[in-house]
Amino acid sequence: MRRDLEIISELIAKGSSVLDLGCGSGALLAYLQEHKEVNGYGLEIDREQILECVRNGVNVIEQDLDHGLSSFTNDSFDFVVMTETLQAVKRPDRVIGEMLRIAREAVVTFPNFGHLGCRLQMVFKGRMPVTGHLPNQWYDTPNIHMCTFRDFEQFCRKSGIEIRERFVVDHDYNNTWLINRLPNLFGITAYYRIGRA
Amino acid sequence: MTDASEVSEDSVGLVTPQRARWNEAFSLKCGVTLSSYELVYETYGTLNERRNNAVLICHALSGNHHAAGYHEGEDRPGWWDTAIGPGKSIDTNTFFVVSPNNLGGCHGSTGPASINPDTNKCWGESFPQVTVEDWVKSQAALADRLGIERWAAVIGGSLGGMQALQWSIDYPDRIAHAVAIASAPWLSAQNIAFNEIARHAIRTDPDFSDGSFLEAGKVPERGLMLARMLGHVTYLSGFGLGERFGRELKSGSMEDGGKVEFEVESYLRHQGKSFAGRFDANTYVNITRVLDLFDLRSKRAGDLVRAFRDAQCHFLILAFTSDWRFSPERSKEIVDALIAARKGVVSAVIETKHGHDAFLLKDPEYHKLFRTYMDRVALDVE
Repeated sequence: MRRDLEIISELIAKGSSVLDLGCGSGALLAYLQEHKEVNGYGLEIDREQILECVRNGVNVIEQDLDHGLSSFTNDSFDFVVMTETLQAVKRPDRVIGEMLRIAREAVVTFPNFGHLGCRLQMVFKGRMPVTGHLPNQWYDTPNIHMCTFRDFEQFCRKSGIEIRERFVVDHDYNNTWLINRLPNLFGITAYYRIGRA
Repeated sequence: MTDASEVSEDSVGLVTPQRARWNEAFSLKCGVTLSSYELVYETYGTLNERRNNAVLICHALSGNHHAAGYHEGEDRPGWWDTAIGPGKSIDTNTFFVVSPNNLGGCHGSTGPASINPDTNKCWGESFPQVTVEDWVKSQAALADRLGIERWAAVIGGSLGGMQALQWSIDYPDRIAHAVAIASAPWLSAQNIAFNEIARHAIRTDPDFSDGSFLEAGKVPERGLMLARMLGHVTYLSGFGLGERFGRELKSGSMEDGGKVEFEVESYLRHQGKSFAGRFDANTYVNITRVLDLFDLRSKRAGDLVRAFRDAQCHFLILAFTSDWRFSPERSKEIVDALIAARKGVVSAVIETKHGHDAFLLKDPEYHKLFRTYMDRVALDVE
């Protein structure tokens, strides 16, 4: 069982309707369909991933998130989920605004640029961090809006978004004492459940 | 000439049309009742023991029952041979494919060229106006006749896709999957306008003889040609036409003044002429009207989401980027409504320069997705 899917599934109520932005192979929706009886739809632009969604028995719509989500009406889903994609869209602030228009609650996960490993590479090498979790070079990375957990939380406060749950993990999806003590320094990925304040 | 030995491995080979007759009344949506009717159809593949591997192919405006394989003595395969056959997207090793000619057609099913039993004359233009709902009802009668309780999938492109969508609404428990390619939930004013120009071309051809050209021993060739030439341009993209013909001349030279023939003109004329030789003008008038009248929302006060409310099947909705007859936006209207109605759907827009007609072609990206989806459909079979 993939631990990341399990963590997200704990944030989602049983039987909900879920829209997954950048759903990849549909693994999360397939998991949620099986374990949480959700009614799910995924948006994806990569054709190979769309084929995987079909094989996984997941509803998938070919759609570019940067072209907007205006076709989805207000409050039309229980949850909008976006995993590891926030940093790759043109305007993360607008996408989050749209997520909380379409649903009352959203689940967002993204890599932490404030992690100790990243900080050390910046300080000692003077170069953009390249890590196991963020393997791309600055010039070919799809991740154009990297942020730290602290950045994200400040953005939420400023934008009237309530953080209802947060779960921070390391490389192996473990949530240790040290990570809970200093999440922005030791956390690799955070899972946020957010809602309209 | 075709004989079985020349046919490639991924072809269904030689096929012979079949005919079913109903000596019972069939009431049409327009209020007229046919006292009896016939449907011509072809089948490919084998119906399995559980009778759950049947797939219905719905044809578009100019199509007919001959969707795949070859007729004896002909070297052109059926209109959707790119999609139907052993190992193809609609794999005849897995599925039993049924492909009828619709009511009102002109290739064997009851239509304007048939004899009206009340007058013992050809129906001609007095053949009653059929609709997509009528077609779906007649296809359900054919399913009953073949012992098919539920289709594994109902599949069509363009007007064929509209029938697949209508099936999902009219017979929700008799269809597991609906595949609508390059289709629309209803026609736009522009679509209707193009259809009316085509009808006008046919009706104003003196040889049309108010629809009784068969009795007059005439063919309204000019009208049909013009209708087809116009239609054909709307099936292709401007870019596709440009790439294929450019400004190449068939004859004459630019220095000759006006005495030139562009390649594109010669092509269109050829298309128009060959169409006029094989298509009934009254069928063309009737079926373009079928398109105009089609509206999935008609029973639900103009609400497409409500229209899909009772559907139980899963949907595949495909569109093509350069299709301007039924553009990707029209498919998106269907998809948005399906999501709002919480129906299962897979949807994609295929990049192509071939316009509306792309649904008939062998594009690898298109068929990869089509095939993958049909593999999912196959999981529920047997």
